[in-house]
Amino acid sequence: MLTSDYVPGDSVVHRARPLIKVGLLFLVCTWLFVREGWLSLAAAGLVLVAFFAIARIPPKIVVAAIRPALWVLGLVFVAQLFLADWRFAGFVVLRFAVMILAASLLTLTTRTSDLVEAIERALGRILPARSAEAISLALSLCMRFIPRVRDIFEEVKNAQRARGLGTSWRALVTPTIVRALKSADEIARAIVARSPDGPHVR
Amino acid sequence: MTNDTTRDIVLIALFAAIMAVLGVFPPITLPLIGVPITAQSLGVMLAGGILGARRGALSMVLFLVLVAVGLPLLSGGRGGFAVFLGPSGGFLVGWIVAAFVVGLTIERLWPRLGHVNAFIACVFGGIIVLYAIGIPWIAFAAEISIAQAFVGSMPFVPGDLIKAVIASAVIVTVARSYPVITSP
Amino acid sequence: MIRLDGVTVRKGDTLILDSVSLELTERRIGIIGPNGSGKSTFARLLNGLEKPTTGTVHVDGAPTDRVSALGKVGFVFQNPDNQIVMPLVDEDLAFGLRKSGLSKSEIGERVQRHLERFDLTHLNERRTHELSGGEKQLIALIGVLVMEPAIIVLDEPTTLLDLRNRRILVSLLDRLDQTLIVVSHDLELMAPMDRLIWIDEGRIRGDGNAGDIVRGYREATAAEPC
Repeated sequence: MLTSDYVPGDSVVHRARPLIKVGLLFLVCTWLFVREGWLSLAAAGLVLVAFFAIARIPPKIVVAAIRPALWVLGLVFVAQLFLADWRFAGFVVLRFAVMILAASLLTLTTRTSDLVEAIERALGRILPARSAEAISLALSLCMRFIPRVRDIFEEVKNAQRARGLGTSWRALVTPTIVRALKSADEIARAIVARSPDGPHVR
Repeated sequence: MTNDTTRDIVLIALFAAIMAVLGVFPPITLPLIGVPITAQSLGVMLAGGILGARRGALSMVLFLVLVAVGLPLLSGGRGGFAVFLGPSGGFLVGWIVAAFVVGLTIERLWPRLGHVNAFIACVFGGIIVLYAIGIPWIAFAAEISIAQAFVGSMPFVPGDLIKAVIASAVIVTVARSYPVITSP
Repeated sequence: MIRLDGVTVRKGDTLILDSVSLELTERRIGIIGPNGSGKSTFARLLNGLEKPTTGTVHVDGAPTDRVSALGKVGFVFQNPDNQIVMPLVDEDLAFGLRKSGLSKSEIGERVQRHLERFDLTHLNERRTHELSGGEKQLIALIGVLVMEPAIIVLDEPTTLLDLRNRRILVSLLDRLDQTLIVVSHDLELMAPMDRLIWIDEGRIRGDGNAGDIVRGYREATAAEPC
């Protein structure tokens, strides 16, 4: 659950700096709306296909990347058929497909940890050290909490079942959250206790 | 970092994690209209309603950053930058504002917090404000009219109302047994 | 050395500790007492996690709200799940050192040295949530040891452990050079201590060598009406 769909590789696309990729993605998507037309869409599409080829992403993975969006794109297509014509409907849907695939390319060729590190470094440059540190702590803590919350939820579910209680959403969520909050407060105290060079003292 | 900031960071991280865990539950499909209901928008209401406006909104920011960097934490295992560029990207970004508004409303109502008040806060922030961001976004990105985007989004409302009922019950119980928001 | 002078702790209307004055100089000190006796609060006072309502706590002459005092006292929480902060074992062990001024490689070396000392290098890159309960307790303890505190306070370190892990933890504690202050119900764990302090209803009910105090505590517990 905590791994992304990263496809290992050593291509130019893989090696490019994460923030450059994010920046390019942003530029391309803006461009597709500002310069609305088949020509710019086709150009962006071609560049994208080239990048996928350079990064050697297997076609199967490309299909998997676009599949979750298909039913929404279908709806949009139908809506546009009534509104405009099939050509414009096709254009809007293809534009979405290009943007989604461009963003997927970023995810497929960039390790999550590299992207997180790049974001942390960029934030460190624009924010005071203290805030950047807080953000980096929050990211790690969240990764730590995901399995912990899942465990707490499972325990609550089993306890409710053992007591013969039905498993209504409310009966599951409330105790899970109260226990998670208690655990979080204890973790906050542990962070303070484990940081003898600062947090205690204002 | 003071002790209070440390606690805020921990709570923000906790609710981002709760969002991720809620994403594991398979979407329930409403029988008649065939629209998938996910548990995650429940998490948006809970984050605002339990942590308050500021921390609730920041927990959404944190969660969306983790989604954006590629972790498949959205329900159905979706993640990566692409989800923000689809037609429903506005609803994801809207979670930040929605959590903030739910939190702000709950904070204002705090001394008189009850099931009805909490439900109103959840509907206002978690449905009305959220749709007010999501619908224009769809209209712009898919080049349809606001009215059409509105009609297309309505099938999700019954599910969101059910979530507002659950969320308000949870918010009220947690406020009594382990309050995190302190009254203004 | 830790010194408490007239320490009282109140939570709302409840009196948790009632003017406790003590000097802790021995190398192995145990704190016993029934649930709700105030012994956990007592432990938390020693590293500043809990603040006295009145009175003072000093570590080597410095009050516990000073950095110089806090660095000397490490605290091991009862539930390691609430103490482990990071997703990976090596990241978690390095957590306390992140602002120590040491370089990344120095921190890495120190973490490795401590893992090697207790034959736990195989846990190095494991995910913390995948560890067993016993492994978590050991990692929580090592996370404190890497800070190289002079004094370590442990809050009920054996309650969540099975017999085998309990034995591993006890033998590990035996090997430590630090001053240990252990809060526990575990009378077997307390028996070899240099000094035992028995806390009941916020007051010190007994203070002396382990044999006498354990005997007194046993008799008092047995005599209580059920």
